[in-house]
Amino acid sequence: MSHAQDGYFIPEPSHWPLIATTAVFTMLVGTALGINQVPAGFYFLAAGLLLFAVLLFGWFGDVARESLAGYYNARVDRSFRQGMFWFIASEVFFFLAFFGSLYYLRNISLDWLGGAGYLGLTRELLYPDFEGQWPTAGPQQVGGPFTPMAAMGIPAINTLILLTSGATVTWAHWGLKLDRRPHLIAGLVATIALGLLFVVLQAWEYREAYQHLNLTLHAGVYGSTFYILTGFHGFHVTMGAIMLLAILARSLRGHFTPKNHFAFEAVAWYWHFVDVVWLGLFVFVYWL
Amino acid sequence: MRISKSRGVALATSSLLFACEAHADLGINLPSPASAGARQIYDIHMLTLGIATVLMIVVLAAVVYSVLTFRKDRGYVADQHFHTSTFGTWSWLAVPVLVLGVDLAIAGSAKKVLASLWNVPDQEMMDVKITGHQWWWEFDYLDEGIKVESRFTPQEQAGELYLREVDNRLVLPTDTPIRFLHTSADVLHAFWVPELGFKKDAIPGYVTETWTTIDKEGVFRGQCAELCGTWHARMPLVVEAVSPERFDAWITERKAQLAVLAAQDGADREWARDELVARGRTEYTTYCAACHQPGGEGMPPAFPALKGSAVVKGPFEEHLKRVVNGVPGTAMQSFAHLSDAQIASIITYERAVFNELDETIQPAMVRAAR
Amino acid sequence: MSTTAIAIEQEHHHHSRPRGWQRWLFSTNHKDIGTMYLVFAFTMLFMGGASAMVVRAELFMPGLQLVDPDLYNNLITNHALIMIFGAVMPAAAGMANWMIPLMIGAPDMALPRMNNLSFWLLPAAALLMILSFVVPFFPGGGSQINTGWTLYPPLSLQVGMSMDFLIFSLHLLGVSSVLASINIIVTLLNMRAPGMTMMKLPIFCWAWLVTAFLLILVIPVLAGGITMLLFDRHFGTSFFTAAGGGDPVLFQHLFWFFGHPEVYILLLPAFGILAHVIPTFARKPLFGYRVIVGAMLGIAAIGMLVWAHHQYTIGMSLAAVTFFMIGTILISIPVGLIVFSYIATMWRGSMTFETPMLFAVGILIMFTFGGLSGIMLAVVPADMQYHDSMFVVAHFHYVLLPGALFGLYAGVFYWLPKWTGHMYDERLGKLFFWVNVIGFNVTFFPQHFLGLAGMPRRIADYNAMFAEFNMVSSIGAFVFGVSHLLLLYIVISTVRGGVRADDKAWEGARGLEWQLSSPPPFHSWSKAPEVA
Ligand code: HEA
Ligand code: HEA
Ligand code: CUA
Ligand SMILES: [Cu+2]
Repeated sequence: MSHAQDGYFIPEPSHWPLIATTAVFTMLVGTALGINQVPAGFYFLAAGLLLFAVLLFGWFGDVARESLAGYYNARVDRSFRQGMFWFIASEVFFFLAFFGSLYYLRNISLDWLGGAGYLGLTRELLYPDFEGQWPTAGPQQVGGPFTPMAAMGIPAINTLILLTSGATVTWAHWGLKLDRRPHLIAGLVATIALGLLFVVLQAWEYREAYQHLNLTLHAGVYGSTFYILTGFHGFHVTMGAIMLLAILARSLRGHFTPKNHFAFEAVAWYWHFVDVVWLGLFVFVYWL
Repeated sequence: MRISKSRGVALATSSLLFACEAHADLGINLPSPASAGARQIYDIHMLTLGIATVLMIVVLAAVVYSVLTFRKDRGYVADQHFHTSTFGTWSWLAVPVLVLGVDLAIAGSAKKVLASLWNVPDQEMMDVKITGHQWWWEFDYLDEGIKVESRFTPQEQAGELYLREVDNRLVLPTDTPIRFLHTSADVLHAFWVPELGFKKDAIPGYVTETWTTIDKEGVFRGQCAELCGTWHARMPLVVEAVSPERFDAWITERKAQLAVLAAQDGADREWARDELVARGRTEYTTYCAACHQPGGEGMPPAFPALKGSAVVKGPFEEHLKRVVNGVPGTAMQSFAHLSDAQIASIITYERAVFNELDETIQPAMVRAAR
Repeated sequence: MSTTAIAIEQEHHHHSRPRGWQRWLFSTNHKDIGTMYLVFAFTMLFMGGASAMVVRAELFMPGLQLVDPDLYNNLITNHALIMIFGAVMPAAAGMANWMIPLMIGAPDMALPRMNNLSFWLLPAAALLMILSFVVPFFPGGGSQINTGWTLYPPLSLQVGMSMDFLIFSLHLLGVSSVLASINIIVTLLNMRAPGMTMMKLPIFCWAWLVTAFLLILVIPVLAGGITMLLFDRHFGTSFFTAAGGGDPVLFQHLFWFFGHPEVYILLLPAFGILAHVIPTFARKPLFGYRVIVGAMLGIAAIGMLVWAHHQYTIGMSLAAVTFFMIGTILISIPVGLIVFSYIATMWRGSMTFETPMLFAVGILIMFTFGGLSGIMLAVVPADMQYHDSMFVVAHFHYVLLPGALFGLYAGVFYWLPKWTGHMYDERLGKLFFWVNVIGFNVTFFPQHFLGLAGMPRRIADYNAMFAEFNMVSSIGAFVFGVSHLLLLYIVISTVRGGVRADDKAWEGARGLEWQLSSPPPFHSWSKAPEVA
């Protein structure tokens, strides 16, 4: 292995990046065809996903091996931490785009449609009898009348679940720092369980919404913002849970030491980030 | 090529001050304004243009001077301490102050113009609703209850004015405060007649407003300024500003015409085949020929041919559906806004002339089926 | 047998450079990856340029001669996206990869394997974009992308499946840029040689640090916007349709919240290069280092707040337009400071005018010109006239080419000796400069007049009154285009051979990168250098 400049680790040439692009490319082509009802799309998507799974094992397998071999010195570790930090920063702005849109649609353009504000005469000319009250499916009630999702109920429970999971992952971290593996394992298992429970409840909530509330993707801006925000958050929780599973597997193999366990921390940060996003969701999507 | 010569000269001279008043009508600067507002806009355009030109000359001078003077081949030795000299240490304060000064000058005068133009003053105004369609304009004189459809005139008729001429102009009175209400039926369009000084987007589902008081008679030409799909280039806007008297006359005349048309289009009466085909010919040239071509051969793949088309040859209901609903995701938009008689004549024309089908589609049939 | 085993061991331990195709495909070496970036960017420049040539050929005369209107707008969409995301950004990233480790005394980028990924995502994205261009020509491929690079709904909702390919292509490009930016930030913060404090960092590095921050902040917003577009297109949401309570203008806000910072993302790396070229050929230190650093941060900060100057005509309140107007105009302060500092660097210098310097001087003049027309556009009432006219097209080519592309050309000529170990042919270089710059001005200067005279942008067919200037513009464009064949020749022949270049290829050059051999060793700084 090369130990360029006072032991900063430069990995060997690797085929994983190339495989990664191939996988992503295949997935995207598949999706593009699929959503346009081209049957071949499905096979592309499946193939892409499969390759992607292989890739994750392969790439992170390499990383784990290198880490165990002790190639990662303090400086490399710092690179990883900073890298993860900026990655999460970009994720934050991804969600800000959706929160921002929610704000705009709810507090700015809805006023115009409802006859207030700078473009207020829109209503007078186009929708004389539109109230412009949030929650709304728009002047033409696209998707038909619906009932908004109540905050107290599954969402509130989910908030508790996620907050607890945030606590359990930190508790697991203590276990790791104290080098008490059972403690660490217990914490991780609890966190993953809570994460999965959250996803299940979220799915259940969607089912309710579709079957009894007529709150669907078609339900105007309310439905649109509701599903894009909760949907992408749910997706991130799922990702986080999968990463936690990987960490659990590695903990069982005893990969982590009280000193050296960046992978664990990275996932923990990610989990806290997902946590915070949910709080935003609970307040702005469900509650207010 | 006479014009082009004079333009060449204009280009040369104006390259110094990169465009100026004198050249207004040589097509290198904004056309001369036709309203007080437009004049204000024209003036601030010239102001910023002037400032920009001066700044450009300053920068140019500095660069050219140093390029000519501080050359190694002229044995000039570099001053290694220039950046730590007093100038070097304090200029960073001076420059922003100067620039800020210019900026505020520009912003200040711009704010003045905005203050007097931006918001529509609440006073009695004539309301004209301007709706963009793919690819034609609809003008509703709300106070008169008159609708005007305005489409580009094909090359044959327009000649020199191709893409700057329409079948029905937007006739407006001078010396009358007018409020325009802009909206769209499908995608974004933008209303732009340079002489009136402003541009405004037409946003489907929303209404934006602008206003003007035209103070000179004449014909002012512009065109749709927001990309709206295939025939974005074929949405000219022609404003005809006339004296209030002539305008009133035009209104009454227009109302009369509409009454006649309405009577004609009475879907109840039985139409003769030739009558339908004749009417169909004119309607087809107005609404369909742009894409499907006068001869119905189309421009595949973008615009399918109607000659020998399965749809046109097929059952009348299918044919009608296409015309009334359009084909989503393609350039073929819905023509539901046309009258029964118009649609019937178009369909009859397409079936009879392009595909020698011997049948007559009566307006009544259309009304029943649509 | 054992010998081979040992041989392999050796191979492994002393990490002799990988050979053959694997060296490139699997590379974890910042120089090789940088080279791949540059080659990719160059290819894309020719593709985007070729589409521009078709566009100019169509506009050569009134009437529709070559392409139907949809193909025309499909072409400008591809032209814009390929030039921005395919040519300029990858070229800048390539130079970052090549130069940053050399400049800060690092062995390589901080995350070499991810570095390779951020490159290889690009060809995939380019493939998707090419698909989005050609799919409509296959049976059942749907209509062409006739929306322009701004992809405004509702028009973009009407387009067929090729729009989905484009959206995914943009997603990939975004991911690639974000990963590259993370890598660059981490490298700059964590990999500097001892003694290389932030305030000793070469300006090119600072420029890229700021650029990378911008990318991380705005690219995800674009990703969000086009994702919502995808949902509106296929999953029945109504973000951008009024019937469901949405607003088409929301997309414009999301797009330009990305789009305006994007223009500074294109500008800053190129301007960073100038901060190296000008002192080198003026043979005196950069004027106002701290000021330039501050100005770049200022540009980034203000640049995040002025996006709606692209939307003055959508119907915004007086307060809103005033805010965006003043903000936009104020950007002239930091940019002006940079321009000033560069002129002051030439002032009282001892200048020679090799090709990079020629470009630098040309840029100072032409970019200022484009920037000043930008200030004119920023003035709301006047923009009521300029908006969506050829005047805007003239503005942004005057800033995009001098401000970004020419700066990168300057960088190529400046660093080619370091990269290849050979000197390029100075005579040809100068020739390229003059043909290029003259062609450029003949192409885009007349477009100001066209815009003012009332010619909208994005039209394939126009009235005879616009004929003369369009013809001039097209002729200029062909000259400009052909000049790039000369650039191609110069680059290739320099890579192939030529006069050997010293480690310090330019008399006045300063900085760590010139202490290494030309070309540098496979592992840049296996020993951290001493920074004075
Ligand atoms: C590298 C790319 C780049 C750069 C650097 C800029 C720089 C600027 N741009 Fe430009 N712009 C684009 C790329 C760029 N732009 C593109 C691609 C579009 C079109 C997008 C589309 O619609 O497709 C566009 C469109 C665009 C618009 C919208 C026009 C319209 O659609 O109606 C506006 C309006 O304000 C604008 C303004 C500015 C301003 C004020 C600057 C300023 O940053 C310029 C600052 C520089 C100077 C001012 C010169 C140097 C300074 C001095 C010499 C000091 C003295 C100066 C003064 C006192 C004023 N630009
Ligand atoms: C960095 C970005 C970038 C660059 C480098 C360029 C480079 C060029 N651009 Fe473009 N352009 C944009 C960004 C850029 N452009 C954007 C953002 C738009 C807006 C799109 C929209 O409206 O949505 C646009 C739009 C645009 C238009 C307006 C279209 C319209 O609105 O109707 C035009 C028209 O003249 C044009 C021309 C050119 C030309 C001639 C070049 C030349 O510089 C290209 C020259 C380069 C080459 C030609 C290299 C390749 C050489 C060959 C291929 C050899 C063969 C040569 C010959 C056959 C002669 N561009
Ligand atoms: Cu209507 Cu462009
Ligand atoms: Cu901008």
